[in-house]
Amino acid sequence: MASVQTQPVIQLGTEKEKSFRSKSLLQKALYRLRHDTLTLIAIGVIILLTILAVLAPFISNSILQVDYTEPALRNTFAAINSPGHVLGTDELGRDHLARLLYGGQVSLGIGFSAAILSIVIGVTVGVVTGYYGGIVDDLIIWFITTLNSIPQLYLLLILSSVLSPGPFTLVLVLGFLGWTGTTRLVRGETFSLREREYVVAARAIGASDLRIMFLHIVPNLLSLVVITLALGIAGLILTESSLSFLGFGVKSPTPSWGNMLTAGLDLIRFAPHLVIFPGLLIMITVLCLYIIGDGLRDAFDPKLSD
Amino acid sequence: MTKFIIRRLLQSIPTFFGVTIIAFLIMVAAPGDPVSLLSFNPTTRPEQRAILAAKLGVSDSVPIQYLRWLLGDDWMRWDSDGDDIADGSFLIALDTNGDGINEPPGDRYGILRGDFGRSFTYKQDPLTLIGQFLPATIELQMVVLTVSITIGIPIGVLAAIWRGGFFDNITRILAVIGNAVPDFWLAFLLIIFLAGPGLGLFPSGGRCAPIRGGCPPIYQRLSYLVLPASVLIVGAIAGWSRYMRAAMLETISSDYIRTARAKGLSNTNVWFKHGLRNALIPVATFLGPVLVGLIGSSVIIERIFSWPGYGRLTLTAVTAQDYPIVMASVVIGALLTILAYLISDVLYAVFDPRIRF
Repeated sequence: MASVQTQPVIQLGTEKEKSFRSKSLLQKALYRLRHDTLTLIAIGVIILLTILAVLAPFISNSILQVDYTEPALRNTFAAINSPGHVLGTDELGRDHLARLLYGGQVSLGIGFSAAILSIVIGVTVGVVTGYYGGIVDDLIIWFITTLNSIPQLYLLLILSSVLSPGPFTLVLVLGFLGWTGTTRLVRGETFSLREREYVVAARAIGASDLRIMFLHIVPNLLSLVVITLALGIAGLILTESSLSFLGFGVKSPTPSWGNMLTAGLDLIRFAPHLVIFPGLLIMITVLCLYIIGDGLRDAFDPKLSD
Repeated sequence: MTKFIIRRLLQSIPTFFGVTIIAFLIMVAAPGDPVSLLSFNPTTRPEQRAILAAKLGVSDSVPIQYLRWLLGDDWMRWDSDGDDIADGSFLIALDTNGDGINEPPGDRYGILRGDFGRSFTYKQDPLTLIGQFLPATIELQMVVLTVSITIGIPIGVLAAIWRGGFFDNITRILAVIGNAVPDFWLAFLLIIFLAGPGLGLFPSGGRCAPIRGGCPPIYQRLSYLVLPASVLIVGAIAGWSRYMRAAMLETISSDYIRTARAKGLSNTNVWFKHGLRNALIPVATFLGPVLVGLIGSSVIIERIFSWPGYGRLTLTAVTAQDYPIVMASVVIGALLTILAYLISDVLYAVFDPRIRF
């Protein structure tokens, strides 16, 4: 695929436009972001969900006063709004809301950490290959093409079955399989950035390669990184739920939205709430992250001259 | 052009070998050795196990095992006098288990000659199995591809033409929602509402009514396709419409479009004759990779709707630790992907004279 690199175009304009143009790309992006209500709402929702997940122990112990691991076989499939259980209980009588909160810790945690891991690998490898080119570049590209030739889901399934991972190993597997897309993007961007005047200038005054790469090139990849991060987390949360559904994700009794949804599917006729809430949470999270990704892309787009 | 095709072909050889190395390393790292899987019977004597181990070559070093898997072992240990005891060997020992008797000659041909071993569960050649299961997946995905392109491409074009308008925004939101729904969740909703005991409009699974001797022609069992295809179509329409919109906007901002406008051509002419035709080039050349990508990604849907396809074969093989099938589906899947990208690149160079690799 031939992709067109976007480059800022220098244009002349009115005084008002000039004052906007004199701002840095980041300032402009933040300015646009402040006026993008939909993206702001999406960011708010994600922050709220994250806070709820982080506070899960506090909420379930102090406010709900339930234990999310303790089975209570006398009180299974309690309906929504039953005494002591705001969202009812599951097939073992465990509080559904508390499990959703703890599941959020696992699902969001896996999504965030695996995305960050793959971004770190992707950016580092991408900058190095893009900057040096030559044989390093050829080797990395060969490796990426090879890895991408194998259907991703098959690799995930096989690795999960070989390693039978807990949440931590799953993060490593997802992170180490997911960096190739970022590397391609970063590599392409680095190709064009390394020819810029400021990089040439930095080299002329004797800056080391390492300094140029990580102090001059990486900061300019900021927009690319945040967009990929948002979309990456979304994709990873969906992948985690798919893996759980196929029986290769986080294993019960550790709750994740994916395995709660999967467990609920078999019980959908007795207790629809066990399917609705984890499904909704996955959908809302992924939806918000996609909106954020889209919003950031618009905010950072230098072609938009408003 | 011939030169380009040959160079591109040569480039895919290292990729293929990379795939075989990755696949093989996973198999080596996998738990459960083939000897105990094949000789599960508790009455099997240790000596028999040792013979089996020697025959399978599990005690050899990893590079030798890789070579055996890739190229076979009929050239590593051979028998020239016809008594089924090897009398010549290369790279491996004649007597592997050290009992003073030479091992039987190698009988593996290696995956490069189409020998993926024998499936532990089906007791069949993995390639034959893939040949049986792949058509069902291709059938499903062709339906998905046809429907989603017929709907998705016009949506994308219109969204690009009315950029920022109501239609653009509403399709953008729908596309994001379509991508955000876990597809197994959607599948279960469809089964409950459309295939449940109340309505029963469509069969909830399978490729056709269970009869002997395979399935009737596709037009007699369309109802079986409706639910699995619908779930996949939702995501595919979302993807195609966004992709088409981006391609269209990229084309429309190029210089020759400005020239066309400057010549005073009508808007319709500019958008459809100049814009659309050029924007369709990447879409058309991308069809092959997309189809192959779909083949690899339909595991979940095939499992839910018990669709007897490639994905389900792989999934059951992974679950049952049936490594000959797993390895075969990884290698064949990768081979299809490599081929699809090769064809796509060649088509791209044919369609778009500006591209020279």
